[in-house]
Amino acid sequence: MGISPFVIFFASIFTSNVLLTNFLGMCSYLSISKDLKSSLGLGEAVIFVMTVTSVLNYLVYQYILVPFELEYLRFIVFIIVIAAFVQLVEMILERFMPNLYYTLGIFLPLITVNCAILGVALFIVIREYNFLQSLAYGAGGGIGWTLAILALAGIRQKVDETKIPKGLQGAGFAMIVTGIMALAFIGFSGILAIQ
Amino acid sequence: MAVEVIRTVSIVSGIGVFLAALLTLAERFLLNYGMCKITINNDRELEVKGGNHLLGSLLQNGIFIPSACGGRGSCGLCKVKVISGGGPLLSTETPYLTKEEQEDNIRLSCQVKVREDVAIEIPEELFSIREYTTTVEKIVDLTYDTKALYLRLKDGEELSFKAGQYVQIKVPQYGKVTEEVYRAYSIASSPLQKEMIKLIIRRVPHGICTTYIFDYLKEGDKLDLNGPHGDFFLRESDREMICIAGGSGLAPINSILYEIRDKNIRRKATFFFGCVEKRDLYYTDEMKAFEKQIPDFRFVPALSAPREADNWPGEVGLITEVVDRYITDGSGMEAYLCGSPGMIDACIQVLLQKGIPEDRIYYDKF
Repeated sequence: MGISPFVIFFASIFTSNVLLTNFLGMCSYLSISKDLKSSLGLGEAVIFVMTVTSVLNYLVYQYILVPFELEYLRFIVFIIVIAAFVQLVEMILERFMPNLYYTLGIFLPLITVNCAILGVALFIVIREYNFLQSLAYGAGGGIGWTLAILALAGIRQKVDETKIPKGLQGAGFAMIVTGIMALAFIGFSGILAIQ
Repeated sequence: MAVEVIRTVSIVSGIGVFLAALLTLAERFLLNYGMCKITINNDRELEVKGGNHLLGSLLQNGIFIPSACGGRGSCGLCKVKVISGGGPLLSTETPYLTKEEQEDNIRLSCQVKVREDVAIEIPEELFSIREYTTTVEKIVDLTYDTKALYLRLKDGEELSFKAGQYVQIKVPQYGKVTEEVYRAYSIASSPLQKEMIKLIIRRVPHGICTTYIFDYLKEGDKLDLNGPHGDFFLRESDREMICIAGGSGLAPINSILYEIRDKNIRRKATFFFGCVEKRDLYYTDEMKAFEKQIPDFRFVPALSAPREADNWPGEVGLITEVVDRYITDGSGMEAYLCGSPGMIDACIQVLLQKGIPEDRIYYDKF
């Protein structure tokens, strides 16, 4: 796999956006996208957690699971690593950035079960990325996820005042917007492709 | 096979152990705030362990901020002014604070965590609030779901309160309840009787405090409480009084009537007591006795849904309807209300229509 980390980085933001092409991490994406501020807060947390855990999980996989031929245990190990890391981040934020800690509230612990995070860790294994590629994919994946939630939050804020048929309000409307956004992002796929 | 299982288990456990150790260390160093200093009114200083809520830290040092919900952030009573420290205003506090209060740095002390040195301002009279250890003298059934609790203070101790104020009972850990909780109850006895107080407690299904009192507490047991709290008390004036209570809301009115009787206060007073049916009524004889002892006092019990078997000769209807029938011109009157929020809000509407000015309607919602 000789794809340049730069290519992977940009591809994971635009053409292979983990949310808009793989549809991972939808639950917090749909529920937290009501306003820009909390979307950005959650997005920042996702970028940070995704970047670090994808590297950590890569190292754990390559240097612990592979040598002992325990690849089949990757789900449980990845999840423990992600959970522990989120817990650690929560403590650090509570101590040093109480403001952000309170803004994120329950969303931060929920990142533990954000499937985009586990998804990225698994893609790294499946696509046999090396260290730098993993780093690029983790960071790009987080940024791409944030980009998508910010775009949706922006659109939802704009259409807040417009009349939407009752049956389509809320999640229904968000799904339609997501679908159209996903179509738009497919437009990028001619430029770069990593999968 | 066995070797493989052991190896697998130990590797996964090893990762778990490492992460758990890391988190324990992080907890130890990151969330340890050491000792913090709380400065109160620029005068007193307290040393407390950091990381806990302000309300609890003050409580441990014998300073009782009024709180009806016991620190769950649902009553909005435990407001204090935080001058420095205390961190940013939290979204859990904003629903309970007006814009002016937010600008004035008023915070809910049950939500603010002490993570650094904090300076606060609280009303001086809160220092007179104390904790008392009482002994349960007797428990009397008033109705099928209401009890009177007589609590005797330690020898030589006195609880001075204004008729209408309340105390907070400390419910210890019991059964499945793993945390101490505080619940507020109005004092029903006479303010002149300071060595023993009476509370009237109505059972709340599955309530932490009432379950404890009804199913666990026995005569002779110790019970901790703090107080007195509250700004619902008898005001000095000679205006005609309207008292309205529902259920266990009778308690503070009972105390006010004792005060009127024992201090020979000459005021015209009517007490409307609303219940659902006859089995909910209590203290009818006591109120009849007050009618004899207090000139110009009238007791009007009213049932909203009496049963056939009740043979109820008295007033029937919602308490608001009964009050509506009795009062014609309220402009010279003063009102004391105690009961559920729904009842009080409805009564206030009626009383305002009758011409009682808003600032002369005093109430205690629970």
